[in-house]
Amino acid sequence: MAALASTQSRRVSAETLGIGIAIVAAYGVVPLAGSDYLLDAVLTPFLALALAAVGLNVLTGYAGQVSLGSAAFLAVGAYAAYNLHLRIPGLPLLVDLVLAGSIAAAVGIVFGLPSLRLRGFYLAVSTLAAQFFVQWALTKFGWFSNDNASGVIDAPPLSIAGVSFTNPVERYVFSLTVVVVLSLVTLRLLRSQSGRNFVAVRDHEIAAKVIGVPILRTKLLAFGISSFLIGVAGVLWAFAYLRTVEPAGFNLDRSFQILFIIIIGGLASLRGSFVGAAFIVVFPLLLSRVGAALLGSVFDSGVLEMSQRILIGVLIIAFLIAEPRGLIALWDRTWARTWAAVWPAKHPTIPT
Amino acid sequence: MSMLRRLKMTMGAALAVSLASTLAVHADEQFFPLQSYRVGPYAAGGTGFFGGFIDYLNLVNIRDGGINGVKLTWDEGETQYEVERGIEVYERLKSHPGIAAWNPLSVGIAYAMIDRITKDRVPLITINHGRTDSTDGRVFPYVFPLLLNPYSETSGIVNYIASREGGPDKLKGKKIVVLYHGSPYGKETIPIYKLLADKYAFSLEQIEVPHPGNEQQSQWLSIRRAKPDYVVLRGWGVMNPVALKTAQKVGFPADHIIGNVWSNSEEDVIPAGDAAKGYVAITTQASGSEYPVLQEVIKTVYGANKGNLEDKKRIGSVYHNLGIVNGILNVEAVRIAQAKFGKRTLTGDEVRWGFEHLQLDPARVEALGAKGLFHSINVTWDNHEGDGRVTFQQWDGSKWKVVSDWIAPDWAFLRPIIERSSTAYAKEHGIKVRTSGDDPVSQ
Repeated sequence: MAALASTQSRRVSAETLGIGIAIVAAYGVVPLAGSDYLLDAVLTPFLALALAAVGLNVLTGYAGQVSLGSAAFLAVGAYAAYNLHLRIPGLPLLVDLVLAGSIAAAVGIVFGLPSLRLRGFYLAVSTLAAQFFVQWALTKFGWFSNDNASGVIDAPPLSIAGVSFTNPVERYVFSLTVVVVLSLVTLRLLRSQSGRNFVAVRDHEIAAKVIGVPILRTKLLAFGISSFLIGVAGVLWAFAYLRTVEPAGFNLDRSFQILFIIIIGGLASLRGSFVGAAFIVVFPLLLSRVGAALLGSVFDSGVLEMSQRILIGVLIIAFLIAEPRGLIALWDRTWARTWAAVWPAKHPTIPT
Repeated sequence: MSMLRRLKMTMGAALAVSLASTLAVHADEQFFPLQSYRVGPYAAGGTGFFGGFIDYLNLVNIRDGGINGVKLTWDEGETQYEVERGIEVYERLKSHPGIAAWNPLSVGIAYAMIDRITKDRVPLITINHGRTDSTDGRVFPYVFPLLLNPYSETSGIVNYIASREGGPDKLKGKKIVVLYHGSPYGKETIPIYKLLADKYAFSLEQIEVPHPGNEQQSQWLSIRRAKPDYVVLRGWGVMNPVALKTAQKVGFPADHIIGNVWSNSEEDVIPAGDAAKGYVAITTQASGSEYPVLQEVIKTVYGANKGNLEDKKRIGSVYHNLGIVNGILNVEAVRIAQAKFGKRTLTGDEVRWGFEHLQLDPARVEALGAKGLFHSINVTWDNHEGDGRVTFQQWDGSKWKVVSDWIAPDWAFLRPIIERSSTAYAKEHGIKVRTSGDDPVSQ
């Protein structure tokens, strides 16, 4: 028993250490070492999509409810923040962010209602309704885009209490702060009774019901929190990264992209969301730069693009065969083996 | 394990390569960053346009050794017509020295770039498309919807329909349906069609086709119910041949479908086969390869095996010729700016000055070997469109045949509408409206 407790505390402290190092590196090293391109075109979208993936992971990974409507909640967040900013003069950005997330959460709860009756693929299909309805509504009613003829809105500049975030480093730090705070809060929540309820509902709904887990509340809470996080991610995507929004940018492809992030990164793992987002956002860019630099003179950019898609597809299949639980499980296994090779005495048994 | 290590090595290599490529700096080069799209649903337009653009830049390099000795260079980044990819390419290429101008050929990407290029002080060219009110150079100093903005195009189409009916007064009581692409580009003209319908008292219905537009059964059934006199096809990519085929299915005559400037290419009609015969479309540049500049491209560029089009049959097609015309306009703007600032690598601001003085009369167009390819252009500091003329062409089943003169849109009617929109934008964004071309551009 004592041994178990000590293992657990060691794991917790190792986790705290890991998160601490990651945060220090993200704040201390990256803004100094990163170029504008890296910050503006790679890391900022990475952060936005990672937060969206954290949101979907709460719903799908932890609570077991499959959703194909993530892009809709991104859109709700982005358009809500835009309209709140436009129509309530002097609204502080942070309040705007929270309100936009809350509106996304409200919409998410409404579209989460079918989850009480539907499961698995059937639920996934019913969340498609959110995807198509939101995109349709944003296109159909000019009010959402302030009657702009082409339906494109310009995001307002970011500023909090007189401090404005205008250059790439500042935008990155802004996004990073939002993502770090929300991820830590989410992590805390998942370790609470609500988080355990999520897992109970996912693993065996009837058993969960029998031991007294409130199914209705748990499922809707999962939808609400998930949509809140995705909505805030939508604000980051629109305000910090693209700085312009059009409904077509939030189509079904984007929903699939976020779903693939959590499947490839690892379900029910917040670290997995970040690793998956890195794979889906950053890796294709790296590949495209390498491809263009090495073979750009031989092939045109269309051929290169196609080969990259094929390569990424093959890699995804290879990774998932090597470890169906995602990149993060692959990483943990590799890490455990290395650890065991260095200090075999401290880890006498490595479960395989 | 080994896979991870390999992955790390790949990433390391990538980093090294990208560093090396950003370090390469050359003197006396003018750089064109190209946000091209050669895959995805709009690849036909992308390969033709960017192919023509690159072919012309190659021609200037091979034939003249560049512009007054300044070599033209370029780099391509694939966007697939998607906004976030376009932005990624922008961020990737924007620090390259000696950028002349950006030519994204996508309204969505152009919109997202307006703030960025204004801050970075580099011109953004949206030939034949773009944000209409960016025609007003007083408010948008760096944006140039050259030749034809969406409102002028709309006015040109309505003028053409009027001439077919026997005069503007004959439009009264007629019914026109506009079938538009569900994208920022497609929606850009909704208000102006409404205004023109009020002005000429024709009845109007505007129907959206969701992107990419490969399913239009319900839209064409509504058109059949509405029984319009004309259908204006404001399409893009795969939407166009599908529209023509579906029109044939519901029995709407092709010669009463008028295509807009992005529904006017060979790639739009050939896949529709028989259904496209008789279809009419607007254009700013004629198709065909009989023009001297095209002949030189064939001889000099394709002769040296440096042609960009894989399929040589596409030389002289609508998109390819648009790319050539775009090349001519970019190159001439740089040449004009060089005459003022010196024969060296110019800054973005200097090239902007060149675009604001891009005046090519029919004689100069002829000297450039492009007589008949396009009419003329007359850009000034406050008119960034440059009063391009349009003509109409009809598909006879194998090639486009010009069926009208060069028509002038109703610029006097459009300008106040454009100014209303641009001054509203200036107010919303706190932009100081320029009062003369020499005004310093405020940030």
